[in-house]
Amino acid sequence: MSDFLLIIRGGQELYAQNSPEEMQQHMEDWQDWMNTLAKEEKLLGGQPLMNEGKTLLDFGKKVIDRPLAEGKELVGGYLLIKAESLDSATEIAKNCPSITYNCSVEVREISPM
Amino acid sequence: MVAVLIKIFGTENIELAEDVVQDALLKALETWKYRGLPDNPSAWLYRTAKNRAIDVIRRNKHSRVIDFSDPQRQLLTSNYTLGATMDTYWQEDSIKDDFLAMMFACCHPNISPENQITFILKSLCGFSTKEVAKAFLTGEDTVSKRLYRTKEYFRKHKIKPQIPKPDQIVLRTNTVLSAIYLMFNEGYNSTHSNDLIRKDLIGQAMLLCRSLFSEERTALPQVYALMALMCFHAARVDSRLGSNGELILLDKQDRKLWDPSLIDSGKLYMNKASFGNQLSTYHLEAAIAYEHCSARQYENTNWKKILEYYDILLKLAFDPVVFLNRALVILELYGPLEALEAIDHIKNEKQLQGYYLYHASLGEINKRLQQLDKAIAHFENAIALTGSKQEKQLLEGKIQEMMKSIQSK
Amino acid sequence: MKEFMFLFRGGDEVWDTKSPEEQQEHMQHWQQWIGEIAEQGKFVSGERLRTQGKTVINKGTSIIDRPLTEGKELVGGYLRIKADSIEEATEMAKGCPGFRWDASGVEVREVWPEH
Repeated sequence: MSDFLLIIRGGQELYAQNSPEEMQQHMEDWQDWMNTLAKEEKLLGGQPLMNEGKTLLDFGKKVIDRPLAEGKELVGGYLLIKAESLDSATEIAKNCPSITYNCSVEVREISPM
Repeated sequence: MVAVLIKIFGTENIELAEDVVQDALLKALETWKYRGLPDNPSAWLYRTAKNRAIDVIRRNKHSRVIDFSDPQRQLLTSNYTLGATMDTYWQEDSIKDDFLAMMFACCHPNISPENQITFILKSLCGFSTKEVAKAFLTGEDTVSKRLYRTKEYFRKHKIKPQIPKPDQIVLRTNTVLSAIYLMFNEGYNSTHSNDLIRKDLIGQAMLLCRSLFSEERTALPQVYALMALMCFHAARVDSRLGSNGELILLDKQDRKLWDPSLIDSGKLYMNKASFGNQLSTYHLEAAIAYEHCSARQYENTNWKKILEYYDILLKLAFDPVVFLNRALVILELYGPLEALEAIDHIKNEKQLQGYYLYHASLGEINKRLQQLDKAIAHFENAIALTGSKQEKQLLEGKIQEMMKSIQSK
Repeated sequence: MKEFMFLFRGGDEVWDTKSPEEQQEHMQHWQQWIGEIAEQGKFVSGERLRTQGKTVINKGTSIIDRPLTEGKELVGGYLRIKADSIEEATEMAKGCPGFRWDASGVEVREVWPEH
């Protein structure tokens, strides 16, 4: 078993066009998915991020008032999970509810050192 | 090594720490068997244990087994900091501090002395549960229970191994010293075990004391004084048992068997103990023990000086056992009548009624007064009160001697 | 206090060019930096990531055998910390030891407050 970070990117624009009901439904889908993972003892943590952000560049001397990558590449949240392998973690990632909004899910193993 | 691991995993996880040490040792045996001893075996062992500890941390990162809320331990939860943090835990200075810190945690004033010693032997001296049980002639269950209770106390009160703050250090060090002295006495005159003398306990007690004065903060006069005292006692260990394992008292001991190098070390520590204006009971007990060590024959003992020391001891704190010992000095100096008079002052002390040496002393005094029937009765009381085979033998011998002289009359 | 996430950008190319001693020293800098944050009670968690990865794209219909963003934009690790404001968090991020070695960025993002 290793720990993996799922980086969820994009989909914010499509999501913003949702009706409040649809948003509510989407939140519930997330809730369900995370509950399932928790029950399988695969969930270690995870949170959505606010869209705004700042980025430090140039050895930390320069600060810009936005996330480094935006649009399709804007990081919208993360999930920390346990899985047997990169492949099985990727299988889990396929079930991410935000996939409907055409987000991408990057699957990365936590480096031991 | 266990002390470092306990610091990493928390006092509530002593088993985890022991497992890691066990694993490291096993791995060492396997590897060394085929590849031979490495250049620096202890460094090899530390490195192996450190890597095992990292595995354990990773495995338990998301469980509640280890409490990671402590800021330093928090850094073990991230791979950014796990390696470097682990390294700082294993630095030599830090290992030395951990050993002391663990000693202070074990000797928390609210933990009973026997639980203190049990935990020290287990966590710092590398005794197995079985060995601790043997040292105290109790079952392994009892030892496990004692360990469990101590661990529970640690957990409930969130006791962390740490060297106390300056305003606490004297008080807390004194508690540690009592535990060390108790452990030493258990080795010097074992009340529980079939072996009257247990050199392993004596050695461990002296090692623990040494670690206290090797650290500036805890190198207090009373620490050196206790070390001196233990040296003087330990010097006589080999003369205390005869060829058949029988107990030999001070007056009959072969003084040529006393270890001169330990007596010399004792003198050295006595000198070191004389800084500051602290006079502890250990200073006086050491002074008394030194008087015995420096007398070439029993007959040359400077009883007058010893009596003076006892008087100061009693002024420091009244202790019926000390008073009893003082009465025995009077017996040597002024004879049985005076001794009987002295001992009369403490005849109502409850603590003494169950103490075999009180009854044995009364027996001895009465014997010298030629009150043989009384003496025999006292010796019989003493026999019933001691758990030691050797003590019983010694007292029975005295009774038989007196029986003979009664019959021959 | 709010929670923020630092996303460390940029790959490990520099790391690979350093000697083991330099790498070890670098990790000590990380330990010092995060240690100070932890001492103030502001450290939550954080991990380094392996460079390799996979990405699920196209509504889950295809998988590519690499992280979505690479090079200067590769997420190399993250740190979750507590701070009163994004300005304070950004100030804290300036101490990131990653800046000792390369110019790549640290993205500072507020975690969606829990309700």
